[in-house]
Amino acid sequence: MKISYYPGCTLKTKAKNMDCPGVAALNALGVELVELPRWNCCGAVFSLADDDLLHLLAPVRDLIRVVEQGDNKLVVACSMCYNTLARANLLMRENSEKRHTINTFMEEERDYNGEVEVVHLLSFLRDEIGWEKIKESIKVPLRGLKIAPYYGCTLLRPQSVAIEPPEKRTLFKDLIETMGATVVDFPASTDCCSSYQILSNPDIGIETVSKILESAESWGAEAIVTSCPLCEYNLGKRQEDALRKHDKLKELPTFYFTQLLALALGLGAEVCNFELNHNGVVRLMESKKFLTAA
Amino acid sequence: MTIEISDKTYDEEFVKKVEEISGENFHKCMQCGTCSGGCPMIEHMDIPPRQIMILTHFGLKDKVISSKTAWICATCNACSVRCPRGIELTKVMEAIRQLTLRKNINYVEPSAISEEIMAGLPQIALVSCFRKHTS
Ligand code: SF4
Ligand code: SF4
Repeated sequence: MKISYYPGCTLKTKAKNMDCPGVAALNALGVELVELPRWNCCGAVFSLADDDLLHLLAPVRDLIRVVEQGDNKLVVACSMCYNTLARANLLMRENSEKRHTINTFMEEERDYNGEVEVVHLLSFLRDEIGWEKIKESIKVPLRGLKIAPYYGCTLLRPQSVAIEPPEKRTLFKDLIETMGATVVDFPASTDCCSSYQILSNPDIGIETVSKILESAESWGAEAIVTSCPLCEYNLGKRQEDALRKHDKLKELPTFYFTQLLALALGLGAEVCNFELNHNGVVRLMESKKFLTAA
Repeated sequence: MTIEISDKTYDEEFVKKVEEISGENFHKCMQCGTCSGGCPMIEHMDIPPRQIMILTHFGLKDKVISSKTAWICATCNACSVRCPRGIELTKVMEAIRQLTLRKNINYVEPSAISEEIMAGLPQIALVSCFRKHTS
């Protein structure tokens, strides 16, 4: 099966460790993620000002590229890109006035009416491949690894683009169990990691991160899994700042779900780009013998 | 906090602009405080989101614009999804930020970000921060 895939700017550069294992894992599951031709930056955040249509052009152009491929579905792995593209798509589907203005403005493009379905890779794994099939393909079960699933904001809010009902969320849990690992559901799973505030107000950002780490650790997690490069940056790379400020915090390795999936499918560390992770990721995987087993 | 509310303090243009830019009817707010209760940033704000709503409703422009609340807000949507009146507070916060940004005033100066921080940042951090905090 082939499916259109939107990697986004971060996955092609700083978060290759999310992109590469994802593409490899899907390949191993019989799905070719075909990178959308001529994709552009989606803008990272959905435009919230009612009179600002200009920032909608970028995500809508990406969606038009999908239609040009003769496709009607777009798989996105980055949570922020997913949220931005899915909201822009909904607006084009539901708001005829704005749709008309945008279509008229983009004279060089074909008209777009929201016909594409924007799907997050986690939903795609469940709905198009299925946990049973993934389970059958697991070569290195991540047995004994206690993983805290971190959703953050953009996979679940607002409701209109939530990948599943926030109060009944099971996607991460099902994936973690399918890979043979143990789920540590923790109260801060859907809290905000401070997002871009890590740049504007770093002290507030680090405090926010510390609370999430503390919550995951107190519930017994050995690792955090996420699907957003900004969450990964805040919880992973900036974790050292949190550890420096709070003695009681311990190092907590932070992974992308695509990395764990690739490892569990037996694709080995080669496709995981662990060198781009930050905190004790390789050490933890070695101690669990997940690297040697592959 | 004592607040004077009168026809002299009511800035009609401000209220209209926030209505226009946000596209939200924040006058529906019933001051239940659900938004403030679930806000992860509340301890760093000078005015809680609930109060921002009523101050905006009463057209108290200076109080709202000079507050750091909209700049501390991380657009996490925890408030919007819980508001029993269905108000998207994130859009109201956006409108409040825009009133400053559209005067060509930046909250974050891109040139002030250190090279070391810059080198490690994911692109979505930069793009989202600049979208939210620069004009
Ligand atoms: S949750 Fe909604 S109704 Fe309640 S105070 Fe906040 S904005 Fe007002
Ligand atoms: S969107 Fe802003 S105001 Fe609302 S809960 Fe999140 S940080 Fe608080």
